[in-house]
Amino acid sequence: MSIMNLNSFIYMRHELVLVAVILLFLLAEIVVGSKNKNFTVNFAAGLFLLATAIGFLPIPYGEMFGGMYQTSEVNILMKNVLNVGVLIVFLQSIAWLKKDENEGRITEFFLLIVSTLVGMDYMISAGDFLMFYLGLELATIPMAALAAYQVYSIKSAEAGIKLLLLAALSSGIMLYGVSMLYGANESLYFADLIQNLSNNPLNILGLIFVFSGLAFKISIVPFHFWTADVYEGAPMNVTSYMSVISKASAAFVLMTLLFTVFKQLSQEWTYALYITSVLTMTMGNLFALRQKNIKRYLAFSSIAQAGFIFLGIIAGSQMGMSTVIYFLAIYIFSNLAVFGVAGAIFNQTGKESIDDYNGLYKTNPALALTMTFGLFSLAGIPPVAGFFGKFFLFTAAMESGFLWLTVIAVVNTIISLYYYLLIIKAMYIIPNDQPIEKFSSDFYMKAGLILATVGILSIGFFGGIHNYIFDISFGILN
Amino acid sequence: MDFQYTILIPGLMFLSFVYNILWGRTQAPKIAGLIGTTSILIAAILSYYTAYQYFFNVGLVNGTFQAIIPFKMEWLRFNDLLFIDMGVLLDPISIMMLVVVTTISSMVHIYSFGYMHGDDGFPRFYAFLSLFSFSMLGLVIATNIFQMYVFWELVGVSSFLLIGYYYQKPSAVSAAKKAFIVTRFADFGFLVGILLISYITGTFDFGLLNDPNGAAMTQGAGAGFLGLSVMTWALILMFIGGAGKSAMFPLHIWLPDAMEGPTPVSALIHAATMVVAGVYLVARMFPLFHIAAPDAQQVVLAVGGFTSLFAAVIAITQIDIKRVLAFSTLSQLGYMMAALGASGYGAEEGIGYTASMWHLFTHAMFKALLFLGAGSIIHAVHSNNMTDMGGLRKYMPITHLTFLIGTLAIAGIPPFAGFFSKDEILVALHQSSHLWYWVEVVTAGLTAFYMFRLYFNVFWGENRHYHHAPHESGLAMTFPLMFLAFMAIVSGGFFMFDFGQFISANLVPYDIHIHWDVAGFSIAVAVVGISVATVLYMKPSAIPAKLANAFGPLYKATYNKFYFDEIYLFVTHKIVFGLIARPSAWFDRHVVDGLMNALAWITNLASNSIKGVQSGQLQHYAMSFVTGSVALVLFLLYFMTR
Repeated sequence: MSIMNLNSFIYMRHELVLVAVILLFLLAEIVVGSKNKNFTVNFAAGLFLLATAIGFLPIPYGEMFGGMYQTSEVNILMKNVLNVGVLIVFLQSIAWLKKDENEGRITEFFLLIVSTLVGMDYMISAGDFLMFYLGLELATIPMAALAAYQVYSIKSAEAGIKLLLLAALSSGIMLYGVSMLYGANESLYFADLIQNLSNNPLNILGLIFVFSGLAFKISIVPFHFWTADVYEGAPMNVTSYMSVISKASAAFVLMTLLFTVFKQLSQEWTYALYITSVLTMTMGNLFALRQKNIKRYLAFSSIAQAGFIFLGIIAGSQMGMSTVIYFLAIYIFSNLAVFGVAGAIFNQTGKESIDDYNGLYKTNPALALTMTFGLFSLAGIPPVAGFFGKFFLFTAAMESGFLWLTVIAVVNTIISLYYYLLIIKAMYIIPNDQPIEKFSSDFYMKAGLILATVGILSIGFFGGIHNYIFDISFGILN
Repeated sequence: MDFQYTILIPGLMFLSFVYNILWGRTQAPKIAGLIGTTSILIAAILSYYTAYQYFFNVGLVNGTFQAIIPFKMEWLRFNDLLFIDMGVLLDPISIMMLVVVTTISSMVHIYSFGYMHGDDGFPRFYAFLSLFSFSMLGLVIATNIFQMYVFWELVGVSSFLLIGYYYQKPSAVSAAKKAFIVTRFADFGFLVGILLISYITGTFDFGLLNDPNGAAMTQGAGAGFLGLSVMTWALILMFIGGAGKSAMFPLHIWLPDAMEGPTPVSALIHAATMVVAGVYLVARMFPLFHIAAPDAQQVVLAVGGFTSLFAAVIAITQIDIKRVLAFSTLSQLGYMMAALGASGYGAEEGIGYTASMWHLFTHAMFKALLFLGAGSIIHAVHSNNMTDMGGLRKYMPITHLTFLIGTLAIAGIPPFAGFFSKDEILVALHQSSHLWYWVEVVTAGLTAFYMFRLYFNVFWGENRHYHHAPHESGLAMTFPLMFLAFMAIVSGGFFMFDFGQFISANLVPYDIHIHWDVAGFSIAVAVVGISVATVLYMKPSAIPAKLANAFGPLYKATYNKFYFDEIYLFVTHKIVFGLIARPSAWFDRHVVDGLMNALAWITNLASNSIKGVQSGQLQHYAMSFVTGSVALVLFLLYFMTR
């Protein structure tokens, strides 16, 4: 336990900067008022860009509050990736926020998102289950408010309440699990638990309940049922945020927990991950096949992707961990490209059915192309980044001896190819008498889409990225 | 000296491609052309500067040219030993190729302003030109075989796009397909060769592979197949890839058809740059060919020598001017290959290597000149056939003069460039193999004959009654002609006794001499060829037709390119399609598809049967959550206590 001084608050830079951002949002709302939309969005986007940039400055690593809070190079990397993702979400939301229906509530959107982001950052840096739980709740409760952002839409309200109730259940079960861990080990510090955790039934109960709570956030089958309803009901940009940022952070945290706190129970959690991973990939794909609504479609696609993430975690190696982070970064960019295009179309035309995409290439080739890159990446088609992500995931799983799991994953990749190509077919091949008319998005949307596309196209090509992540990752073995 | 800026040479072309393909259509066509041309001109200046710095300042260390790798990054890592880099390799031949590619490409970019003027796809054309230049430059500077392969395929794709540029024309589309399929087929050999080499030596890196004292020279020498070592097989397979790109016999059939593309494209891709990729590949791996697998080098010699004679014979009877030039390209590429095949490793014995690269250089200049001149002629008379031409020297003085220079250069008349480089090739062959020496001497005579046949038919002869009087092309088209004509004069004699100072197989500068015994004879042969052509074609006469009649079947076989297209068609249609493809298709349709359909049906059924689970009822969701957790716990406890 290190002695704390004020200097060590620098470790908490990401969270503190975000809190400052929140306060400045509030201050701007009071001083400028909600009428000046342009100022509000520019201020928010600019401020967040600054916060993102600050995150990339070099920083020392260490722990605070007697080990309740800790940072490492890989934690910081994940926080930065999340920041970039949120920045893209912001850019893609601005056109929608400026609409009359959101009059006077623009700041609220930014505020809620940054709040959840603070929660995720604390969750990532937690060194103790209490801290972890606080972060988790902070990341969840504003999320329900975000899902219900369109208060006058029944679907949005329904999404909010469904998320809130199920999140409460999930938190309850998770806390139950945490209490069991405490009961068995008399400590909630990760550092203590790493030493003491043995495979007695109480610890296994604790493991599974904590796992369930996080699996709920990552939408792992059978904890996933909220996903489709909430994603469909929530506004497009909130859905995008939930499916990308929230899921990525939870997946990362689950992985670090399993690799550190629960590493003595690796045999047990390997079983749990194996079963849920197969279920998740398969169910997600089977459901995605028959969706007509683009949001529900993407909900199930993101469930299936979560199953793939487990391939890297289950590998348990350094390669596995680095690959999961790599895959998460690619997943964020790919999904944001797809969601961005869907959002741009929804804002412009209010259409969100897959049939409406017929003939999109004829009228809006740039959007269709961006969407294609995103879908190719999700499907794992070379040469876009998604291919490298999946390639490394399969390699990691194979290296650790999970042959059959990899085979199942490959089969699922083929199934997923079918429904990802459905949209491509709709955009390029199927003729349409009344295609979505040609339109031009605003500057922010374009910037957001370009950022996402650059990510998709560049991550795969710069091998150094994966090597860097590999160097700062750790496996379960050491 | 820091060469990091060299990454800009391909980089600029890539940016130009991205810009033109995305935004080219949205603005005036001229902008696209200007962006492409500016980029390639900057790239050319950077290349010249690099060449100057390398050859005159920093390249030579202790009397040997060193390889410089100013930029390199790891791209894909398979394991600790085997990984793929992307980088820039600067050594004499890669720098020479940079100069060749950027020079020709610049001229073609400028020329296309005039030639493609008013074409609907102007920005698309420039986008593809940039893509091609980018790929070719990337290929040239590759630090390892795999990078080369990646760009090799990109070059193939951009060539496909450019040949099929007039995609409304069925013949252009089928020519593009033919070129792509034939080269792709050859690339399969290349890929297998790469895999074999990486398997034997555990590396893709040129530096490690080509080190004459390195491990790669002996690895793979042992285990053999059909009497040849594994390394020999690997290199022969790689050479098949190179033969496909360089249109060596019997993979030459795509090049004449590729003339369907716009003429500037023929000049850039099918005369000066892409088709020499195969020669470049062999030159790049030369130490490996020469030291580790002399048998493979013999294959290179035989294929190159035969191709040059074979193509020259066909060229005699063709009447489409671009096709004559295409076959002459084949023939000249054969020279380069043969020179590599006959070369030793250093000093006087290694003169074949130097000569091959020199001929690559001079040939790029005069052949691009000839093609662009042909483009200028076609532009004026709207036909490719020399039977529609005649007497053009009065209408198009600049085209006439520059074309004559190009023709003299290729015919091997001093002091034009082709004479010097071809002479060195003949010297190299004279040293090592008399059979192929005589073949190439005959070919030299044939070359002089068919080129002057072309020249006289187009520029002399009777005056046709053209629909409208042909007129000289604009400056955008004549400037590149004049520049290249200048190069066709100086790139031989000007560098005389110097080219060996820059490029040699063992990287040690060597003084090359002119061998007057060989040279005098070859000049005499060329003069004979020219004289025969003059007699037959300068004035309209009935002799050529009589000769054609007299040779009857032989003339017809040559005119039909020895029926190679028909043979390929027979093999593909009757044998491959009929005996292999059709039964496979039946199997595929009835058995494989049936299985797949059954799988799809099952997947659909499964998807259908579970859709009720997603009920929208919160209680069900919560129930599933709890059940899931409990089931997992029970499962694990069961396993743990077992």
